[in-house]
Amino acid sequence: MSTIDPAQTDLGITDPDPRRSGPLDRVPAIVIPVVSVLLAFAMGGILIWLQGVNPLFAYQVLFRDALGSVDGLERTMEKSTPLILTGLAVVVGLRAGLFNIGAQGQLLMGAIGAAWAGYNFTLPPLVHLPFCLIFGILCGAAWGSIAGALRAYRSVSEVITTIMLNSIAIALVDYLASRPLKEPDQPLSRTPLIAESAALPYIGPIPSGFILALVVAVFFGWLLVRTTQGFRFNTVGMNPGAARYAGISVKGTILLAMAVSGGLAGLGGAVETLGITGRFEPAFNIGLGFDGITIALLARANPLATIPAALLVGTLRAGSSSLQFQTGIEPEVVSVILALTLLFVSAPIVGKLLFRNRSIKQTTVTKGWGA
Amino acid sequence: MSAKWAYALAILISVTIVIFYVLDPTKTTSVVSFSLRYAVPLILAAMVGIMCERSGVINIGIEGQMLMSAFAGFFGAALTGSLLLGTMIGVGTGMIMGAMLATGAVTWKMDQIIAGTIINILAAGLTSFFYAQGFTLPGITPTLRIPVLADIPLIGPVFFDNGLFTYAAIVSALLLWVLLFKTVWGLRTRSVGEKPSASDTSGIGVQKMRFWNVTIAGGLAGLAGAYLALEAAGTFERGLTAGRGFTALAIMIFGAWNPIGALAAAIFFGLTQGVASQLQTDAVVDIPPQFVNMLPYVLTIVLLAIVSGRIKPPAAVGRPYEKD
Repeated sequence: MSTIDPAQTDLGITDPDPRRSGPLDRVPAIVIPVVSVLLAFAMGGILIWLQGVNPLFAYQVLFRDALGSVDGLERTMEKSTPLILTGLAVVVGLRAGLFNIGAQGQLLMGAIGAAWAGYNFTLPPLVHLPFCLIFGILCGAAWGSIAGALRAYRSVSEVITTIMLNSIAIALVDYLASRPLKEPDQPLSRTPLIAESAALPYIGPIPSGFILALVVAVFFGWLLVRTTQGFRFNTVGMNPGAARYAGISVKGTILLAMAVSGGLAGLGGAVETLGITGRFEPAFNIGLGFDGITIALLARANPLATIPAALLVGTLRAGSSSLQFQTGIEPEVVSVILALTLLFVSAPIVGKLLFRNRSIKQTTVTKGWGA
Repeated sequence: MSAKWAYALAILISVTIVIFYVLDPTKTTSVVSFSLRYAVPLILAAMVGIMCERSGVINIGIEGQMLMSAFAGFFGAALTGSLLLGTMIGVGTGMIMGAMLATGAVTWKMDQIIAGTIINILAAGLTSFFYAQGFTLPGITPTLRIPVLADIPLIGPVFFDNGLFTYAAIVSALLLWVLLFKTVWGLRTRSVGEKPSASDTSGIGVQKMRFWNVTIAGGLAGLAGAYLALEAAGTFERGLTAGRGFTALAIMIFGAWNPIGALAAAIFFGLTQGVASQLQTDAVVDIPPQFVNMLPYVLTIVLLAIVSGRIKPPAAVGRPYEKD
């Protein structure tokens, strides 16, 4: 764990030879996640039933509220926006053979960075908004780079460091929001409201942050699959030895991948601040980064597939509060359903059940942190 | 960290403690006692990590295993009205969680880090979902004062006048050291963690060994969870474990996958936290509480950066065993 020989990490998520995968081989990639989600819902239904509520009614409430009205849809899209970005953050890491558990911390840094840039400066709107977004990205990227540099130059596993950096970020933003960046003359730990010129504009029922997240997802779908830089990420992830032989700087690529990953999560936090909350409060944004892990694994590290995966998670999160309001079911049932989904997607249960005769590639992030 | 430096550091810290004890016995004793209490769950959880990784399995799910056990232990004790039963339920839950990880990481040969992450997410969700307010423990856990030994200045009150969990933690570390390095089981465990193909050739069931070690280690995570809920906090709340399962992994590394080393590292962690809190209470320096809270995590990262590359983890850790 502390010392990693990059030559031993291996990412088994993408097919190393795309020519060999025919259209039929893609069937499990779609069917397994769908069946996993259904199975998780069935088991979540048992939990709901144990609490004395009809599961069908509960799910009806959940989805009707999240998808059944324009308001509900808007809220679902808003909830999904940071999730697409944190999901992408984890995907970029996975592609380069890194398991970034620190999207939560990177998102918090981006959120508070954007809040500071948003209230502290007076700039024309066309300049202020991009400035805040970029500042949020940079804060997240800087936070991600700490883990990246430690992994690249000191061989410290990013799994441990990103977990630690999450805890540090939670304490740090709590301190910042309660002392140096606190809104004066009121008791709460929170930053002042951002300037009007820094807010994401309202351009109709589809939130502009959501559109931004979609654009970013498509961009990364292109970058990771069609560009030289994407090829570098994938090569370092799949075979660092070969990457080194081909003249790719493995250390530089690892550092860059963690910076990009952190930047994406930071953007998620910035969009949340500039589009939804308007300020930073430590209680906001909790859990968004951890859902990113679920989304990335559900999407099997495919950047475009993070969109439907994030929409699913966002729908559940958006509907969970009215579920509690109308049926008394704890909103955490959604976390349980998501954990079960993750279990069914990653464990070979569903694959073995449905595709007995076909060898299903397991999701592999790293083959250990041993030297 | 090389052994020479570790000893030097240990001696330096001990001398410092003795000097402070001469200056202010009450305060020094309270800081050192605090350190040990803080270290108890870390020691137990680090033993979980050592048992698993020495067998070749990464356990990133210690956090979730502890959380589930703390939950089960607390509500078990509250509902049955017995702290002993609560502890046993906690340990049993830990073993079930251990068997879950073993099924995923050993039997199914899943990615071990993903398998552990799932356990963490599942535990956080389930304990929050089933959480209910209004339950209290039937009493407080008994303390055991060992006669004579407890009268030694400084060492006595710190080590020999404690709750039962504290003794359990220290004994588990010493016992695991003996088991790992002086018994057949230990030799076999280390062999499946270092070179499973060789163990297989000599007739050791690699999969079986790994499965049971990970499952039994889960019982220790259960003990750590029971300690947190029944003794340290005296209650259960959401997210009770607060990242200790992860800190324990770092402690395992500083201890070079050696139980005694991890025991020392955990107490060292406790000391930094104890000193920081004391400085804060005495208002010697104005440290915001958030900085005291982040201290163990910062320390983890800094120490990892320093020691990395100097100590070697078990060679086969993290890799599912495939027969050739």
